Amino acid sequence: MIEWANTIIQGILTGGLYAMFATGLAIIFGVMRLVNISHGDLIVLAAFVAMVVIETTGVNPFVSMIAVLPVMFVFGYFLQRGILNYTVGDDLLPPLLVTFGLSIVIQNVLLEVFTADSQRLKAGALEIQSLQLTEGLSIGVFPLIIFVTAVVMIIGLQQLFNYTRLGRAFRATSDDAVTAQLMGINHKHIFGLAMGLALVLVGIAGVLMAIRTNFDPSIGPSRLLYAFEAVIMGGLGSLWGTLLGGIILGVAQNIGAKIDPGWQILAGHVAFLIVLVFRPNGLFPRTRDD
Amino acid sequence: MSLLEIENLTAFYGDFQALFGISLSIDKGETVAAIGANGAGKSTFLRSITGLVQSDADKFLYKGETLKGKAACDIVGLGIAMVPEGRRLFPSLSVEENLIIGGYNQRPGNWTLERVYKMFPKLFERKDVAGTALSGGEQQMVAIGRALMSNPDVLLCDELSLGLAPIIIKDIYDALPSIKAEGISILVVEQDINQALAIADRVYCFQEGRISLSGKPDDLSKDQIAAAYFGR
Repeated sequence: MIEWANTIIQGILTGGLYAMFATGLAIIFGVMRLVNISHGDLIVLAAFVAMVVIETTGVNPFVSMIAVLPVMFVFGYFLQRGILNYTVGDDLLPPLLVTFGLSIVIQNVLLEVFTADSQRLKAGALEIQSLQLTEGLSIGVFPLIIFVTAVVMIIGLQQLFNYTRLGRAFRATSDDAVTAQLMGINHKHIFGLAMGLALVLVGIAGVLMAIRTNFDPSIGPSRLLYAFEAVIMGGLGSLWGTLLGGIILGVAQNIGAKIDPGWQILAGHVAFLIVLVFRPNGLFPRTRDD
Repeated sequence: MSLLEIENLTAFYGDFQALFGISLSIDKGETVAAIGANGAGKSTFLRSITGLVQSDADKFLYKGETLKGKAACDIVGLGIAMVPEGRRLFPSLSVEENLIIGGYNQRPGNWTLERVYKMFPKLFERKDVAGTALSGGEQQMVAIGRALMSNPDVLLCDELSLGLAPIIIKDIYDALPSIKAEGISILVVEQDINQALAIADRVYCFQEGRISLSGKPDDLSKDQIAAAYFGR
């Protein structure tokens, strides 16, 4: 019994990481109606940027975020203004194709520069520290940090979207970019800021992922898949839905792995399909039609 | 010098020419109506002024400065606000948020939430409801309030009466004189001729992308207007 409780708790904590992957994707789609196929590769890119910062300066991975996050923001802003703004519109296909191309470019540039070797960011003793909850049941401090970060991230984003001038501009532009211009909102700039913000989240997720697991230039697409599954299970109506989607995915994967280590990934996908069978629009669907 | 002065304005949707040599001016504090049948080019004209439709003109001056090449998002900051056709409220914003976002450009002026609520008390009662959950008339009040929140010198109103019951239309139009009293110039685009003539200082009639008639309402006969409106 205690083993199953342990499996579920570890799954919930893993879900925090998946939710973190997914929030950036949800914001990009929510504000710009842009399906970003390169999302997973951007997570990996952030991990490599952190690796370069750490190798250059010798700081620990958490401190490296001081450099990684602004770099990702600026990269996101100019990526949107320089390329992706020309693809957004009524047709979802152009941004899909362009970000697919971007995904290939990022993977190959990373492969060229960093080789296919597996990498890992080291955070010292924190990686192996754990908190004992009861006899036989303990949780890792670092997975807990990731989960708490995901929750804080979602609370922060909700505050930003609901109570700030920029958040209102994000929502108005998402609703109707043409009318938003009549309010004095430069939608191209707002889209740039949204992508910059999303890549800051990607930066945090990338660094934390790189501490928790090995990474190499080829792992982006599977991260994209986890992010997609979490977002779609969540239903795009609420970022808390995205967290719940991530948790379902994480728990399902851990239960699958508990039954048979080979079933870990498959169990997550099966859980995703089961949720969609019963809730085709996700757990917290959008309440309005777009 | 007129507040807004336009001479020989043309506008295109791709290869289709929608406006042919429109000349129109608005003075400070004046209410001007643009009337015409559906598809006559009235809304395109308003969208050209706000920069949403690309246009060209011999003269396109606002307060003596050219509006040519200005982006739509910059024009509202100069003092030109629009109440778009169909209200176009933001569905994910509450009534109050819809009003607040009207003042996004932070142009200085006298219009505040309190003043908008005083003008349309119904909105205060429903300020936390999603804007699109209101009735059509209430939505139109939000759209007007939202435009006023940008502290405009010129208010462009596109088909205020569209889809509204006559009693609601009266409520909406009753608000315009108090807006005019603030010194705001108003350009109303309207298919409802009687409503437009009742409030306008001057009228322009649009027909197939051209101005077919212009003048003061009292100087124009019904036959002249009918001929200019329907092309008879």
